[in-house]
Amino acid sequence: MSEQNAKDATANGTKKADPKNIRVPEQDYEKIGLMAGIEIHQQLDTKEKLFCHCPTRLRDVSEKTGEIKRYLRATESEMGEIDRAAEEEMKKQNRIYTYYEFDSTCLVENDEEPPAPMNPEAFELSLIIAKMMGMTPVQQVHVMRKLVIDGSNTSGFQRTSLVALNGRIPCIEGGAGIDSLCLEEDAAQRVEGDIFSLDRLGIPLVEITTAPDLKTPQEVKEAAKYIGMLLRSTGRVKRGLGTIRQDVNISIKGGARVEIKGVQDLALIDEVVRREILRQQNLIAIRDELIKRGAKVLKEVYDVTELFRDTESSILKRAKCILAIRLQGFNGLVGREIQPGRRLGSEISDYAKKCGVGGLFHTDELPAYGVTADEVAKLRGFTGAMPEDCVILVADTKKKAQCAIGQIIKRSELSFEGVLEETRKMLEGGSTAYMRPLPGAARMYPETDVLPVNLPTEYWDNLVIPELLTAKEERFVKELGLDPALANNIAFSVRCGLFEKAVKNGIKPALAARTIYATLREIKRDGADVAKISDDAILQLLTAVEKGEAAKEAVPDILKAVAGGADVRKAMEEISPSVSTEELSGVIAKIVTERSDFVKAQGMRALGPLMGVVMQEMRGKVDGKVISNILKEEIQKVLN
Amino acid sequence: MTGTDNTINAKTNADGNSAKPSGNSCGSGGSHGYSAGCKVICRYAGCEYKGSYITERDGKAVVKLPSGYNIGVEYSALTPTDEAANAAPAPKKIEQNESLPKLSIISTGGTIASKIDYRTGAVTSQFEADDILRAIPDLKNIAQFSAHVPATILSENMTVDIWKTLARTIYDEIKAGTKGIIVTHGTDTLAYSAAAISFMVKTPVPIIFVGSQRSADRPSSDNVMNGMCSAAAALSDLGEVAVVMHGTTDDDYCSIHRGTRVRKMHTSRRDAFRSMNIKPLGKVDYPSLDVKLEGDAVRRGTNEVELFDSMEENVGLVYFYPGMRPEIISAFNGYKGLIIAGTGLGHTSSLCIDAIRHLIETGTTVVMTSQCLNGRVCDRVYDTGRDLLDAGIIEGEDLLPEVAFVKLMWVLGNEKDPEKIKELMKTDLRGETGRCLKNV
Repeated sequence: MSEQNAKDATANGTKKADPKNIRVPEQDYEKIGLMAGIEIHQQLDTKEKLFCHCPTRLRDVSEKTGEIKRYLRATESEMGEIDRAAEEEMKKQNRIYTYYEFDSTCLVENDEEPPAPMNPEAFELSLIIAKMMGMTPVQQVHVMRKLVIDGSNTSGFQRTSLVALNGRIPCIEGGAGIDSLCLEEDAAQRVEGDIFSLDRLGIPLVEITTAPDLKTPQEVKEAAKYIGMLLRSTGRVKRGLGTIRQDVNISIKGGARVEIKGVQDLALIDEVVRREILRQQNLIAIRDELIKRGAKVLKEVYDVTELFRDTESSILKRAKCILAIRLQGFNGLVGREIQPGRRLGSEISDYAKKCGVGGLFHTDELPAYGVTADEVAKLRGFTGAMPEDCVILVADTKKKAQCAIGQIIKRSELSFEGVLEETRKMLEGGSTAYMRPLPGAARMYPETDVLPVNLPTEYWDNLVIPELLTAKEERFVKELGLDPALANNIAFSVRCGLFEKAVKNGIKPALAARTIYATLREIKRDGADVAKISDDAILQLLTAVEKGEAAKEAVPDILKAVAGGADVRKAMEEISPSVSTEELSGVIAKIVTERSDFVKAQGMRALGPLMGVVMQEMRGKVDGKVISNILKEEIQKVLN
Repeated sequence: MTGTDNTINAKTNADGNSAKPSGNSCGSGGSHGYSAGCKVICRYAGCEYKGSYITERDGKAVVKLPSGYNIGVEYSALTPTDEAANAAPAPKKIEQNESLPKLSIISTGGTIASKIDYRTGAVTSQFEADDILRAIPDLKNIAQFSAHVPATILSENMTVDIWKTLARTIYDEIKAGTKGIIVTHGTDTLAYSAAAISFMVKTPVPIIFVGSQRSADRPSSDNVMNGMCSAAAALSDLGEVAVVMHGTTDDDYCSIHRGTRVRKMHTSRRDAFRSMNIKPLGKVDYPSLDVKLEGDAVRRGTNEVELFDSMEENVGLVYFYPGMRPEIISAFNGYKGLIIAGTGLGHTSSLCIDAIRHLIETGTTVVMTSQCLNGRVCDRVYDTGRDLLDAGIIEGEDLLPEVAFVKLMWVLGNEKDPEKIKELMKTDLRGETGRCLKNV
């Protein structure tokens, strides 16, 4: 693969295994000195946003009511420094960002009105979560501005506040430390390119950062799982895709701290760790090899546009300007794989892409992509490259190519440092790409428009901690006699609260659990829109079943009708009208009488087959147990 | 400059206890012996953090942790260290290109360029050309600047005395041959000052008032675009006092408003400034900085420079409301002038008319304007209006109440004859009023 964007690249040579599906083998993590921690970002399910009174509702892009267009630029911190991560984003200056407005967003999201005071509901919830992890709350909480100028915040910063410090969770043997809990506002959602939608901006998030106590990829996964469970135990966090995001911090002995952002799939988190370890090991090995070879980045830039005048490569042919540099002693190392699907060349390419180019070519991967062996030889000749050297090419407009070649030189020189402190983004499969340098403290300065919040001791003391879902699960097995698997399912279900309410109202736990977990799933599979079924409707139905006013067997059909918009009461009457005992006895007596020969021949063995006949006749209007009792009596009558 | 000013101001401790920035180590002054920026050990939540002391807030010590977060803790959690505070990096000197046209920047203390010292919460009072060029680096590519700081105030604290100093500074700069003037100003009273300078300085060159609605310390601040557009307007063919601010909520263009026809119509939006009763004089596109002027904008060189810096300070402005007691009007007894922002076509209640009559009889010039802001005063339509005319009020035509207020100060400062005062108030001097209102 060329270090170009996939869409620009022309496939070449033999097919290798798809890097997405590769699983990197385990290693001796103690020996390599793995230190890992995670940051969990969880959206809170509050009525209003963190710094305005808009609802925390996500919208479809098609519902937008307007657009605004803005520029952003890096500003100095309170200490007079410009943050290195922000400065990096500034390279992409003169970019105008577009924001979509909705009827559920306001001037605060538009950065046209000072923020409202911090949402007390979100603040309380963040404190409850902190208390659940045994943390110490901050006595006076100060809202900060964290500089983010990639366009995802209209203001150019994210409002965030440190709410609690130093807790511990029993997610792994010996437990793991929780360094901090911050309450912050979510960023605007990127629609595409430099277009963002404002519906998500300002939704309260808690950011939970563990200590670097996690020593294996598996422990990273366990910690993420545990924190996710703990958060859901509050019953007040958003659920579903994109509502929880994990960042992983990893370093190994001799490596550097790297933050990988946006690991949405918990199932991949351990693979991400394994691949990052591999990447760091390979970058260290490349560094050692470069030093051994006495390698050097030569800063002379060659304009090789003319050399490729008649090239067959579509990318090079299109370009107005092609620039090259020679990396002395780099041959074979730029193309060396450092993690599945990624080479040192990919790292260099990520830097170049900051200038808006699609990527780069290097001689470790050439001839290919329409570039011939002859052209490579000419290129090597023109740049004076020896066999042990590697030549890197970049093609675009003159301005972009010049910017990119500078970035290529910069990153190539950084190869001598091995692993760099970076923020990276996860790619499909678990490999990662460079985003920007790790941000420092210089990106934080006070939000002068929001007053600090004092936390009285009594307020903290009076906060009630919810039961953990794992504790609920155990209790459901022990106290309610649920099957362990069903107990687990119901405890982690979004309707767990409904289950507990139903049980409290006298519904049999098994009936409640089965209906709320299994039945809803089944009818969903059949195409019913279960989201339309309210908790109240389910409770009403379960109560009716419990009282014998509706048959258990009719529950799926009734719920389907409710999902289709029917009223519960009406659905019950239509699908499972109450049948009087007399009426039922009459029907059963008739069926038995009609089949008296069969009954006489089979004796009590006729019960099973006749049960089926009666059930079909009643179509779920009556509980099976009631039918069975009457049927037994009627059979007995015939036999006697 | 915006609503945030107040917050910033409030951050300096009322007890005067605010920590002073210094390179000192801890334990050498300030609150509880801690000075801003000094290094401390903060013991909290069973951990030890190396932090920097920032300031005091509601009796708590505000400490910056290594992560960059500030937290408020009891002073007992802190231990001083010997380590010296990080000195703020020395600002880089900005090179100016002497081949570019000369512009003057005159600052009255808005946040368009000034920085907040977060360690103390105070707005920095030092200001020179370098500060605005650091805040808006692209400025140095279109002109060379000289800077003057006649005042460093929050704009709600503007006074007539400062207007006088401002007018003289501007006059001197024009005399010295500047190609244009940029006045940076807090947005709260920016329109009042633009109107005042309109009357006080007759100008051959553009005098551009500019501010920012979103503070300069945020990456999204409107200060860069407003600053660039104001410089472009100051270099343009315009020859009058104008306000240049965002034309829309987007970063697409700035509108050029006449200094006597502009009003802040929103508390916080970028496009808060609107031309009233007329169309804007033109626009400056961004980022191209192309200036387009309408035909009725006064052109460069039309007027000779002249200074009129006499102002009568004993002038009031009162907003009439239903049920207003006549005593409110009588409270202006002894004032040389009073502007009433009346209802509709220019009314007060009948109950107030006697008090107004008494005021006029004892030598106060009373001018009626309208709370409608748009449209002309006409006291000849209803009985109350006729009674007000009979009492001696002057109809303020289509003057904005604030502009009428400033104009009356200026007229009374330069003319004593009541008949001439009346005539001047009704005559267009600086484009503040028109014989015919257009359908805008």
